[in-house]
Amino acid sequence: MQAEAALGRTGLWFIVLLLSVAVIATAVDSGFAAHATIIAIVAFALMVMSAARFDPVSNGRTFFKMPDGPSRYDDDVVRWGAIATMFWGMAGLAAGLFIALQLAFPQLNFEPYFNFGRVRPLHTSAVIFAFGGNALIATSFYVVQRTCRTQLAFPSLARFVFWGYQLFIVLAATGYLLGITQSREYAEPEWYVDLWLTIVWVAYFAVFVGTIVRRHEPHIYVANWFYLAFIVTIAMLHIVNNLAVPISFLGSRSYSAFAGVQDALTQWWYGHNAVGFFLTAGFLAMMYYFVPKQAERPIYSYRLSIIHFWSLIFLYIWAGPHHLHYTALPDWAQTLGMVFSVMLWMPSWGGMINGLMTLNGAWDKVRTDPIIRMMVMALAFYGMSTFEGPMLSIKSVNSLSHYTDWTIGHVHSGALGWNGMITFAAMYYLFPRLWKRERMYSLRMINWHFWLATIGIVFYASSMWVAGITQGLMWREYGPDGYLVNSFADTVAALHPMYIMRAFGGLLYLLGAAVMSYNVWMTLAGKLRDEAPMTDTPHNEEADRPIVKPQPNAVPAE
Amino acid sequence: MGLAERHKKLERNITLLAVGTFITVAIGGIVEIAPLFWIDNTIEEVEGMRPYTPLEQAGRDIYVREGCYSCHSQMVRPFRDEVERYGHYSLAAESMYDHPFQWGSKRTGPDLARVGGRYSDEWHVQHLQDPQSVVPESIMPQYGFLSETNLEIGDPSAQLTALRRVGVPYSDEDIEQAMADLILQADPDAEGDVEDFLQRYPKAQVRDFDGDPDRITEMDALVAYLQMLGTLVDFDSAAAQEELAQEKGR
Repeated sequence: MQAEAALGRTGLWFIVLLLSVAVIATAVDSGFAAHATIIAIVAFALMVMSAARFDPVSNGRTFFKMPDGPSRYDDDVVRWGAIATMFWGMAGLAAGLFIALQLAFPQLNFEPYFNFGRVRPLHTSAVIFAFGGNALIATSFYVVQRTCRTQLAFPSLARFVFWGYQLFIVLAATGYLLGITQSREYAEPEWYVDLWLTIVWVAYFAVFVGTIVRRHEPHIYVANWFYLAFIVTIAMLHIVNNLAVPISFLGSRSYSAFAGVQDALTQWWYGHNAVGFFLTAGFLAMMYYFVPKQAERPIYSYRLSIIHFWSLIFLYIWAGPHHLHYTALPDWAQTLGMVFSVMLWMPSWGGMINGLMTLNGAWDKVRTDPIIRMMVMALAFYGMSTFEGPMLSIKSVNSLSHYTDWTIGHVHSGALGWNGMITFAAMYYLFPRLWKRERMYSLRMINWHFWLATIGIVFYASSMWVAGITQGLMWREYGPDGYLVNSFADTVAALHPMYIMRAFGGLLYLLGAAVMSYNVWMTLAGKLRDEAPMTDTPHNEEADRPIVKPQPNAVPAE
Repeated sequence: MGLAERHKKLERNITLLAVGTFITVAIGGIVEIAPLFWIDNTIEEVEGMRPYTPLEQAGRDIYVREGCYSCHSQMVRPFRDEVERYGHYSLAAESMYDHPFQWGSKRTGPDLARVGGRYSDEWHVQHLQDPQSVVPESIMPQYGFLSETNLEIGDPSAQLTALRRVGVPYSDEDIEQAMADLILQADPDAEGDVEDFLQRYPKAQVRDFDGDPDRITEMDALVAYLQMLGTLVDFDSAAAQEELAQEKGR
């Protein structure tokens, strides 16, 4: 790096550092000061790094190097993203197991920082935005380069997207434990963290669209439509749902721009479409690239992908009000939400069918390739939860299921089954290719991961079905005397065994991810496990024969 | 020209694809959310709603901070069992000054929309400090630190000002008096005009809430908030019933 540039950058970070220190000194509340401290630490680290980088020979060996030339894809960000996905995945799943245990054993709450109410958003944000978000950013940068046959546009901006997003995660996560929250589910970070994410997201949009603009293929591949819809819609949802007025520009608290019923529908318009566009459209994009690649078959139907793309993104937006059935939201809005949720079933299954039918002619791989098996299981869970969703959005069903653990079970069959499994499969595809290894360290460990995860989900979903229906029925149970039978506390006590079973399911799922982490670690270390290949079928040609005995001559029965 | 042929235009032009996508995803929200701001009967007219007092608002901020909404709803649905268990079903008007709303989505614990006045202050303090001591089956975390933490919210006028910016009708006097009002509501020995305070905030409860009159703690604020939940609209009065019965379109 040139001396002037190094000096300029160092100076820039020094100014950021000074500003953060000033904010720490003048902050209205301690949470805001803590976040300013984090910014100061980051600025200090970057300042030292910029200063240290003033070393003419370091250019070639720095970890932050740009691509090797126009004939190579720019995969640095993808590599970091893959590692970040694994790291945040483990963190988010562990947080989930912790809060599951808190519900079974309330002694595990440690006030004030580790009470359930503060750790729960830590879990949801860690798995959705940290694990899922890093997987989406990493895979989108990988896929868009391959399907456009070009390098990432704006390589420095792409690096900013990655690191800026990690800063967002750290600020959000520490904020929850410090009690900094807007209380909007899945949009808890406060106004200044939201502003930061907006900047990062605009940069993400610029890199992604810029790469498509400089493509060498005439057509934009279907996976990129879904990534594009995900990026555009999340930007719209994020900005509208987080409109707020801060109490002070030196404090963390803000008040939502909307109140009551309007606020509620805005939030669930956001909340449902965070599922629809973050956890569905984005992950369908992963599906549309990695399933055909792993199966080595083309996508089943081009026409189906057109129909299901446009109908999915059109219908999803309307489904938000089903989170507010029988509330003070006007009836017309509830009914609209229900009708569109039921219609949404069809395009969702369009995606599932397109994915599963891609395996036509390659179904034998389900037996021999554990990665394909994970993808098939992911699509099966996608199909199951997109059937369950429309069913739960029917008002009469919702009157029983709403406010109960049935919803939690539904969310997790989608999140663990669909999002988790498809992400793990894509990561198993990526790791050996990104680090130029022959294969993963162990295919048999992938098989173990598959079964641990699948059995974990079965425990999770079934215990939550039972818990939800039990509680819903107990709440509305009347005795022959015409009085309610159960106090609220009775229904809490009844769920205890189910909460233990759920935590056990979560433990299995976490163990599966731990096996994967070990497998990835060894792959990156360049090792190959000496094991019998999964594709080997024990078959003894000599033994596999009928016994041939000399037949006695047939004697006619007389 | 078949569907696939026509679609080629879109999938070869990133601008068309991006704009088309944005229009497609914008429609649903516009049709569903925007009318809520101008259809009159979205929020029914009821007697008794008023903005939160500074102390109640401070308690509400603690409720939000601790993530109480993760386990407690504030939205009674119009079912026989819920109305018998929690009280009259919730009206949109009751959360018209709630920035943000706290309807919740999960009942790991009971609904709190009408918890105000159901239990004594002493019960709430005991329950928040050690929930299992009063409800053995409870799985609620302990919040004893609230009793030991002084209520420090900087300048309550700033909070009321921010709320006025988003549409809550606080008067200039409310904002000027915010600090005095806050102390007055929680401290029976404080100097101030209780009459005037109650004029501006009808049905506000003035007393020491946490059993420690020497200081104002976060427990004071939270209990003050819990004790006012659902107490503003009087459903038993005939007038209110009549107005509800006359309402159309709901």
